[in-house]
Amino acid sequence: MSATTIAAPAAPAKPWLTSDQVLQISVALFLTLFFLYLFLPLIYMMLVTFNDSRIPTLTPWRGFTLRWFVSMWEDQRMWQAVWKSVVIGVAVIVLAVPLGLAGAVFMTRMRVPGQSLIYAVMISPILMPGIMIGLSTLIFWDRQFGIGGRWQLSVLGQTSFIAAYCMLIFMARLTRFDQTLEEAALDLGATPAQVFRTIMVPYMRPAILSAATLAFLQSLENFNTTLFTIGNDITLTMYIAGKIRSGTTPALNALAFVMVVFTVIAGIVYEVLRRREVRAAAARARAAQEAELAVGAAD
Amino acid sequence: MSEAIRRFGAGGVAAILAGVAFWAIMLIAGPMLLMVDLAFRPYLPNPADVGGPLDVHTVSNFAKVFLDDLNWRVFVKTIYASITVTIISLLIGYPLSYILVRSTKSGWVGILMIGLLIPFWVNEILRTFAWQLLLARYGFINTTLTAMGLIDEPIQFTNTDFGVQVGLIYAYILFMIFPLYSTMESLDPNQVDAARDLGAPFWRIHWDIVIPHTKPGIASGCIVTFMLAAGSYVVPELLGGTRAIWFTKLIYLQFEAINWNLASAYGFTLVVLCLLFILLMMAVFRVSLKDIAR
Repeated sequence: MSATTIAAPAAPAKPWLTSDQVLQISVALFLTLFFLYLFLPLIYMMLVTFNDSRIPTLTPWRGFTLRWFVSMWEDQRMWQAVWKSVVIGVAVIVLAVPLGLAGAVFMTRMRVPGQSLIYAVMISPILMPGIMIGLSTLIFWDRQFGIGGRWQLSVLGQTSFIAAYCMLIFMARLTRFDQTLEEAALDLGATPAQVFRTIMVPYMRPAILSAATLAFLQSLENFNTTLFTIGNDITLTMYIAGKIRSGTTPALNALAFVMVVFTVIAGIVYEVLRRREVRAAAARARAAQEAELAVGAAD
Repeated sequence: MSEAIRRFGAGGVAAILAGVAFWAIMLIAGPMLLMVDLAFRPYLPNPADVGGPLDVHTVSNFAKVFLDDLNWRVFVKTIYASITVTIISLLIGYPLSYILVRSTKSGWVGILMIGLLIPFWVNEILRTFAWQLLLARYGFINTTLTAMGLIDEPIQFTNTDFGVQVGLIYAYILFMIFPLYSTMESLDPNQVDAARDLGAPFWRIHWDIVIPHTKPGIASGCIVTFMLAAGSYVVPELLGGTRAIWFTKLIYLQFEAINWNLASAYGFTLVVLCLLFILLMMAVFRVSLKDIAR
């Protein structure tokens, strides 16, 4: 960036703005506009909660109120929906995390014919439109086993693609796994189960935590797959969609307010933990390298 | 395999294989294959006919997509509108990613990246609800424009394809930005600086250096954005209402009418469309599947 000033000959008359300044201002303007575009809708949705009006709008402003939080809190159907979503989310964790781990170990540590095809199958739900996953899951379980739409089917439908996300997280960590640790433990007489419990699980713990968090959040926010498989049960996203369709009071904004605050906090915690983990891994790698160098120097 | 058994024990290997088999067969391949099979069979309202002589393979379901005038119009509209969404996302996402990559040294980028992520952590329905509040007949945008005296009558944004597209761009633009950002990040900044020092105007720098390097990112960003837009249900449902119908809505309506065969055929058509779009992008940008999946 600085090199351009060297080549520039002495300008006859200094322009009002140099081209660099024009560039900087337009970049700043572009960034400002873009982030306003990202955040204004959410901020507006949250602010509307505090307007004492029956319709969700900021104008006309009819005074400050917290009553929409109260009416949200007292809505029994919402709590039932929240509960159902939590149950589904936990069930998805219980199913998707072990399946993702099995898939990751299968891909990184075993060799079987047709493995890349199996990998393509396991990864394909990520690229599949959510409604197709929902529809196919419903058809399969209904036609083959007579199990119609209900929340358990939503768990299965969501698991099919969430397990793929988990698998990718696990595979990233497993490729850095030091297999000599396992080797040493086996040589010293540990059983495979002991090796798994005392070496693999502790090593995978950060990845398991982030996979479980991701699985829960993905399940909580899922709509498309759930829509086809949920039957008569109601999850939180189904409840919200129903409210929006039927026209709503700002009680929904109160719910949105709480959910946005929760998501943002959870997201920031997740991101901070992830970055700390990345830094710690880098520090460990550096320390190991230095130790190796020290040993090499001592030889 | 004997090596794996030594490592994980016979029980461990059996558990791993059983997990993979359950996931790949019961949750993915089985449902998909059955759906494709159903798509090529006629809908038989009487359950007794299923598996009987009437239950034969046919393409009649697909004729409904391509020969029915309304379905065909909705299908073409979905493709056209999703392509528009993809192009606009690219036009916004490209300069944004470039700015972010070029300013990695300033401390701002970390904050900007988190700022990019936050809106996408929020539930898609709530984000769409936020836009509904803005775009509604007496929503924020219309009341502001009216108050400023720019318009006399509220503009109809909701229940239009335009409103749906606005919501789709907002919902999915991050999926365009991230692949762009990560491919641009691997470009050696010295190349850009050298070109600039040698006097290349900015469009030459982009045309000859940045864009060729970013091609895999552009391709995968476009693929993901298009697929999300064409496969979106929530956004058109909430912003398009009954007027601006998306192809996904047709699938849902057949599903509700218990005509799962037709729903499957529509769904299969959508998946084939997405595959064709992937092939198109690979041909346009001359990249392989491996480059995109990185």
